Amino acid sequence: MDSFAIEVGRTLAPEATLFWILAPLAVVAALGMLFVKKAVHSALLLAWVMVTLAIFYIAQDALFLGIVQIIVYTGAVMMLFLFILMLVGVDSSDSLVENIRGQRPLAITAAIGLSGLLVSLIARANLGVEAVGLRGANSGGNVEGIAQELFTNYVWAFEVVSALLITAAVGAMVLAHSNPAKSRTAQRDQSIARFRGTSLATAAGLPSSGVYALHNAVDVPALLPDGSPASSSISATLEARGDMLSSKPFELEVKKEEED
Amino acid sequence: MTNAEIIATDPGWITLVKGLLIFAVCVLATLMSVWGERRLVARMQQRMGPNRVGPFGLIQALADGVKLALKEDLIPKAADRIVFVVAPIISVTTCFMAFAVIPLSGPVNLFGHETVMQMTDIPVGVLYVFAIASIGVYGIVLAGWSSGSTYPLLGGLRSSAQVISYEIAMGLSLVAVFIYSGSMSTAEIVSAQSQWWFCVTLFPSFVIFAISMVGETNRAPFDFAEAEGELVGGFHTEYSSLKFALFFLAEYVNIVAVSALATTLFFGGYRALPGLGFTESWLGGWFTVFWFLAKVVFFFFIFVWLRGTLPRLRYDQFMKFGWKVLIPFSLIWILIVSTLRVLSQQGAPRSVLIGFSFGIVLLVLAGSSLFESSKKRRAQEDELGEVAVPSFPIPAIPGKSMRIERSK
Repeated sequence: MDSFAIEVGRTLAPEATLFWILAPLAVVAALGMLFVKKAVHSALLLAWVMVTLAIFYIAQDALFLGIVQIIVYTGAVMMLFLFILMLVGVDSSDSLVENIRGQRPLAITAAIGLSGLLVSLIARANLGVEAVGLRGANSGGNVEGIAQELFTNYVWAFEVVSALLITAAVGAMVLAHSNPAKSRTAQRDQSIARFRGTSLATAAGLPSSGVYALHNAVDVPALLPDGSPASSSISATLEARGDMLSSKPFELEVKKEEED
Repeated sequence: MTNAEIIATDPGWITLVKGLLIFAVCVLATLMSVWGERRLVARMQQRMGPNRVGPFGLIQALADGVKLALKEDLIPKAADRIVFVVAPIISVTTCFMAFAVIPLSGPVNLFGHETVMQMTDIPVGVLYVFAIASIGVYGIVLAGWSSGSTYPLLGGLRSSAQVISYEIAMGLSLVAVFIYSGSMSTAEIVSAQSQWWFCVTLFPSFVIFAISMVGETNRAPFDFAEAEGELVGGFHTEYSSLKFALFFLAEYVNIVAVSALATTLFFGGYRALPGLGFTESWLGGWFTVFWFLAKVVFFFFIFVWLRGTLPRLRYDQFMKFGWKVLIPFSLIWILIVSTLRVLSQQGAPRSVLIGFSFGIVLLVLAGSSLFESSKKRRAQEDELGEVAVPSFPIPAIPGKSMRIERSK
């Protein structure tokens, strides 16, 4: 077990430098995550902590683990988080008013208790097998080593976890999916409806708004062949809001030229 | 010696030189590809394209870049300032990082040092490219969110949903490559293609990869993130000057990066075309860079060709295609490939392999003809009933006698 002892005690200079640069940054980011006000900033700092963790894994020769950490946690999980945060509101910040009285001391006590429990348990944890050291574990290649463990010794746990995750995903979909009150009309249905209706006037779509020499925008109606404004060429919203202009001032003055 | 062993002997300054070279090549490639794209699209549209600045308009892109950089740099009032500035930096950094694991040449002599033009060769090189791409999405999403305006937010969310969905299909398409090359390192995948390129032996994987690579780079016909008809400029609507230039640079470097990845994984990387293997030793091995670049340019041409030919898809159709067609299809393909691989590794006779492949082909044919006939039946059921007869004369529809009654 000599080689193992050497391997444990040894930290190469580049790795140590990397650690002392990135570790403080990671700790600052982790603290910032707790204390910043905007939820999106918090999520970003968490993503940064995950990236630094991945770099540490890679520095310790756990290449596969580091890369997968980035793909799965930073790329997929945090991205979903961000999605939801962004959709909740562009600049919603958490309200700092306490709704439940005495929640804070209770939460702090529970947190200290839980972390004490975890630390004491993990510190005394024993895998029940003798460690073989990194070189031994990586002897057949890092990826191959992980694959070997995952699909032989831990295949049951692996499959159970994947079944759990799939169930959770399907469950979330079932819960989120509700039958719409009335079925949405798709592009195809709308197209069919246009041609099957009694009138073919709108078969080619509604007319576009007016284009005049002095004005060219969606708020002025186009003119029908008889010179009257076409109200269907204006969005109903604009009309209701009173943002519609009259087409009168832009119309061409028709001068009757007398032929001599 | 494998690439990883050669690279391990590199002194630090060689690595630095390689990094600088890759950076320079990428920036130059961007300038050239902006010019090339405009010229090519112009040809396809019967125009001339930029031909005023420099010979053949070659430095048009440089002139545009300088002009862009000298414009006023605006940050909207509603923007989240820090994130607004960080977003383009994330975008542009990550797209350069992908090049670290791409082997650009075979063994060459660089300033008297025997090496290969590849910064590093790690056993999970291809996964590394994916990891970097998934960080690159942050640039787009954050740009969209931090602009504090609606269209950028929609564009950012759209593009990230798109990139994440197509990354799955892309990843699945690579599983067959990993199975057949027995490695996830880019250099070993290239050397596994010394006989046959994977675009021939694993053709379905290549098709899936090629489609998802267009989706992954947000390029036409899948450019929903900046669909100007729907979202103004998409995620970079509020950006101007240098920050916009960074997004622009990132987009083109990304195209070159996925083209380089496709070259490495499916087109034999820096290796010569079949039958021209003797050229690989020309110029002391440096000629392999030419082959690599030629293949990348080929892919770039495909990108431009697609843009010049196809109209933009509808967003929901695009997502449906990704999730309901590409992903199931690649899963089935992986199943077939791995079965074949296991059969041949366990020494099954050739007749079993051929019989298995034949059975698969029969199944596919049967499935597709069933699908066709059900489609035909549905089309018949869908046959439109009486159509309102217009009150004006219309041209005759072939195969149908039109009777027009004007008496109503």
